[in-house]
Amino acid sequence: MRLRNLIASELRERPTAMLASVLAIALGVTAFVAIRTVTLASEQSVAKELSALGANVLLLPKTASLQDYYGADMNGQTLPEEHAMTLALANLAGVERISPRLTVPTQLDGRNVTLTGILPQSEFQAMNAWGGGDLFSNAHQGCRRACARPAGTAETFNAERAVQDLAENEALIGADIAETAKIAKGAWITLLGEPLRVVAVLSRTGTVDDSRVFTHLHTVQRIAKTGEVVGAIEIMGCCEDVAGSLVKTLGEMFPDAKVVTISQVVEAQVGVNRTMSQLSALVFAVLIVLGGASTASAMYANVSERRREVGTLMALGATPGFVSRLFLTKAGILGLAGGIGGAVVGTLVALVLGPRLAGVSVTVVPGLGLLAVGVSLAVALLASYLPARRAAGLDPCLCFKEV
Amino acid sequence: MLFQLNDVQKSYSRRGEAVTALAAASLNIAAGEYVALVGASGSGKTTLLSILGGMLAPSEGRVLFEGQSLYDLSMVERAQLRRERIGFVFQTFNLIPYLTALENVQTPMLLSDVPEEVQRIRAMLLLERVGLGQRMEHKPSELSTGQQQRVALARTLANDPRVILADEPTGNLDPMMREEVLRILGEFNQEGRTIVVVTHDPSVAHHAGRVLRMVEGKVSEERTRKVA
Repeated sequence: MRLRNLIASELRERPTAMLASVLAIALGVTAFVAIRTVTLASEQSVAKELSALGANVLLLPKTASLQDYYGADMNGQTLPEEHAMTLALANLAGVERISPRLTVPTQLDGRNVTLTGILPQSEFQAMNAWGGGDLFSNAHQGCRRACARPAGTAETFNAERAVQDLAENEALIGADIAETAKIAKGAWITLLGEPLRVVAVLSRTGTVDDSRVFTHLHTVQRIAKTGEVVGAIEIMGCCEDVAGSLVKTLGEMFPDAKVVTISQVVEAQVGVNRTMSQLSALVFAVLIVLGGASTASAMYANVSERRREVGTLMALGATPGFVSRLFLTKAGILGLAGGIGGAVVGTLVALVLGPRLAGVSVTVVPGLGLLAVGVSLAVALLASYLPARRAAGLDPCLCFKEV
Repeated sequence: MLFQLNDVQKSYSRRGEAVTALAAASLNIAAGEYVALVGASGSGKTTLLSILGGMLAPSEGRVLFEGQSLYDLSMVERAQLRRERIGFVFQTFNLIPYLTALENVQTPMLLSDVPEEVQRIRAMLLLERVGLGQRMEHKPSELSTGQQQRVALARTLANDPRVILADEPTGNLDPMMREEVLRILGEFNQEGRTIVVVTHDPSVAHHAGRVLRMVEGKVSEERTRKVA
């Protein structure tokens, strides 16, 4: 028999006595790991979006509010489409693409979908050619990248956020819609009475774009009877510098519009992440304190009910160090059990609920689990230090007494 | 001499008043003796037994164990002494309730870091010796009081101590089991071990070679005889 057998036997005999403290620790760790895992995933998602959209600027209706970059055109307010044309003809330095959008809610086979009209880049080029201009050729000083890259195809739409060609009866559909409505490339769908041919199913982005149907801007304007308006104009610059300097220029050009950079747009999301992060730390602290208090209380009770047993062990030759080890090892096992259990459950909760609640794809963060287990172990040991000392200081003569 | 007590006194303070549990006791116990400490409840018998076991430091006087001053040793050294040289038997057996009979007997060996396999074999032999070969995997609650005391006796021998200190070892047993336990203690004594039994039962004292009576903390020699 070893010390661990002694502890395991005692735990098997009295499982409920320590259950509350293990549960308190496990709940704390579960909440922390779940919230923190989702927050980290969200932060990574924002960072990724920032990296991809770093030089983008949005032109929005003056009264539009912002929560999410991808949903910026869903405010229900509009700008004249003419602004996009004015912008294209202004030939501003470093502007690579202009993507006006108009979004209306509708239904597809009884499901709510977001229909977004976009203008293919080929139309800007055609318009510019009629005017004899040299669209998007004004290079930004200091940029290493070449200006006026051609916009992508339907397959690269997610990354490029623009498409070179799109006919008025063609549509691109988001991954979620394609999956739930079982629509494949080449299929025909009808939106607001308009038949549209699906030319591509977009890859999953983890954003609201997964629930959108993209078609030609003028088709949406016609079938939604909105007139020649857009909900937002996305301007893709060649670098961060141009995005920054564009804000001032655009503000002067379009006094009826709100001009924001991607950094400002994602600030709201970063703020939410920060709040989530603080919340997870608070929940963790509160529940760990409760777990610690619960463990300390349970260990004190355990020492109290085992006074005679401790006295007997001392009569048989146990040293105070052995008695301390007996209780601290037990506390360590409970801390580890609570920590590991909480980390596993928290990770599962994050994996299941993260995509549903936060709209982000969650991956396991092993370091977080290890941190949580380490803290749980430390809390359990600290909480049990005084009870263990008390046990080690018990009078061995207790073995002769009825306790 | 195994134990030498010189003017050993133990006083407690109870509600601000000094209570003398043991008054200037001087006695010697030789190796291999079978000594019964008799006296009324509260006469100081258990106090004396605790002092002999290195668990209760006297207020005054010296306790020598094999010529060494017991209470000049550190707490850890005294624990080691109890582990290796002294075995205890208790009135209420003091078995660990969540361990099996076998594990209870292994406990002193666990404290002495005896290898697990050796612990197991030795514990099995000891349980067989006290007639509990068929009850090794039973927990104390599944054993009769007599069987529990026999497990406790087997546990006492786990580290092969030279001294056994027993506190009312038959106090909770029926007459038949009492005789059985006394027979086993007698066997231990015949193997050369020193036995000190605290009892208020005259029939238990009858088995001892020497009887010390305690009255209000004072020890007096009552009888000495050679046990056959």
